Amino acid sequence: MDILEIFANVGFWAATLRIASPLIFATLGELICERAGVLNLGIEGIMTMGAMAGWMWVYQGGDLWGGVLFAACVGGAFGLLHAIFTVYFGLSQHVVGIGITLLASSLSFFLFRMILPAATTPPKITAFQVYEVPYLSDIPFIGQAFFTQTPLTYFALAIVPVVWYGLYRTPVGLAVRMAGENPAAVEAQGIDVLAVRSGAVVVGSGFMAVGGAFLTMSAFDAFYFGMVNGRGWICIALVIFASWRPMKALLGALLFAGLDALQVRAQQISGVVIPYQFFLMLPYLLSIVAMIFLSRSATYPKALLVPFRRGERI
Amino acid sequence: MRFEPREHVSVLAAVVAPVAGVAAALLLCSGLILWTGESVGEAYWLLLKGAFGTKFALTETLSRATPLILTGLAAAVAFRAKFWNIGAEGQLYCGALAVTWLGTGMITLHPVLMIPLLFLVGALGGGAALLVPVILKNRLKVDEVVTTLLLNFVILLLVSYLLEGPWKDPMLMGWPQAAPIIDEGVLPQLVAKTRLHLGLIVAVAAALIVWLVMTFTVWGYEIRAVGHNAAAAAFSGIKINRTIIRTALLSGGLAGMAGVTEVAGLKGYLTLDLSPGFGYAGIAVAMLAQLHPLGILASALFLSAIYVGADSMSRGVNIPTYIADVLVATSMLAVVLSVMLARFRIRFS
Repeated sequence: MDILEIFANVGFWAATLRIASPLIFATLGELICERAGVLNLGIEGIMTMGAMAGWMWVYQGGDLWGGVLFAACVGGAFGLLHAIFTVYFGLSQHVVGIGITLLASSLSFFLFRMILPAATTPPKITAFQVYEVPYLSDIPFIGQAFFTQTPLTYFALAIVPVVWYGLYRTPVGLAVRMAGENPAAVEAQGIDVLAVRSGAVVVGSGFMAVGGAFLTMSAFDAFYFGMVNGRGWICIALVIFASWRPMKALLGALLFAGLDALQVRAQQISGVVIPYQFFLMLPYLLSIVAMIFLSRSATYPKALLVPFRRGERI
Repeated sequence: MRFEPREHVSVLAAVVAPVAGVAAALLLCSGLILWTGESVGEAYWLLLKGAFGTKFALTETLSRATPLILTGLAAAVAFRAKFWNIGAEGQLYCGALAVTWLGTGMITLHPVLMIPLLFLVGALGGGAALLVPVILKNRLKVDEVVTTLLLNFVILLLVSYLLEGPWKDPMLMGWPQAAPIIDEGVLPQLVAKTRLHLGLIVAVAAALIVWLVMTFTVWGYEIRAVGHNAAAAAFSGIKINRTIIRTALLSGGLAGMAGVTEVAGLKGYLTLDLSPGFGYAGIAVAMLAQLHPLGILASALFLSAIYVGADSMSRGVNIPTYIADVLVATSMLAVVLSVMLARFRIRFS
């Protein structure tokens, strides 16, 4: 089997879409936060919390979509905490973000152990099942690759244009983007910058949590410690890769997921020639390389990392 | 709601603020303990006893504090210059790699030479791990937060490869680990039959030296100036890029030394589970100490007491050990907030 055969394989394309889904949610979430001027390094922990919360909801007898909503709410709660610290108190976004990640991940491990003390093998739930889109899934190849996914994947794809529309075509989106570019101008319009920023962080964190929930409710059916495994940090790189644009974020997530799916399959080809650790390094190295190539064209939101204090001149 | 800087922050307030933050965190976490159905008083008492109750517990706490002091210093130095090094975990492992490379038979010297040499290569290894992020930041303005974070994973995979491949100790079956450090390189025990080793003295000395450098030297002044106001520092003739590189090497070097204390002091050989997140915990250590090198001695001791104490507490009562990480994270956030409230006055208008 060589590289070309991989591309001719339906499984590769289906896997790409599957791997991309949690990245799409979380990257959009981070993008919303950063567009409002807040770097949210809590992403890794919030994804872990979302993975635990959504799974636990279903394990306790709730239904799947209820679990997704619950995960989003829990993620939003941590976003609110982040916003109180960074937006209202104007504390360092780096420090608070790391703090939120430490808190959210340790708390999700603690709660998981507390609720299920004796679980030696991770208990399982009935996760989202594959839904074959009528008619479309009958198309040869394309149908098998793109239209036999779980509902959460379709949801991830559907949410991208919604976020794009929200950010670029609605007054709220304009306020969010301006809060990250020129908060004083937003203030001059009589809009509460702090409320706009906090709202963006809460909503963005909800998205991140759903990204985490995808892992336990769609990709797998159980919660493992360390299952997020740096995906959150990769999403932060993806936001830069996407130049803070939702459509490019989708492209970035798909490209990245494609490479990830490719490395798993290339690993099987190479056999023992190249140790598996080097393949596992690829996602992280590629993120760094992508940032290097895009560093010159990266146009950060101008007020990113800058706390806004009313009445203070910048 | 507005914040006004207080004209005068007393030394007392600067000390009371973090203590109050920690107290608030302990109070918040009692809620979790209550929910487990155990008694809060008993849980905290067991935690305290587990950390300081016996001579053995005390030495365990001190030996756990050793790497935390070093990674805490690593974070503090970097954050002072607003260089956001979140990769101390990876740099620790790079230090551990360097010390394993040199200390497992490559050369043999008298311990008096061998041990300082091991710390030197460990520091160089840790510093080298930060070279790529710092050069990318200076030359191309690539965000160091993401690069240092992602390199943690790359370095850990490199360690995993070396331990399963070329560096695997051929004499051992089972869990992959590297060959042991030769006897001349092993850090001597400070108290017989415990795990407390020379690394503690090195770490405390490092804190003192970092404090002296940061407070009384031109280098330290430049690091602080760049962190405080880079534009003003550049205007006054400080070379920003050079200062950032110097800061990064110092920061990475300190984290690398934590790798040395763990490999050559605590374990005697390199394993993949060498650090249970000392690099990330170092950030909490630094923030609890408000980035003050001497304060880090206290905050590292506090964190290690929580970790060691929680281990023993969870054997006594039915509370998962993850409570330790929850306590650390809550303390960090609470202290960041309480320190800010000590410096600013809130005005409602």
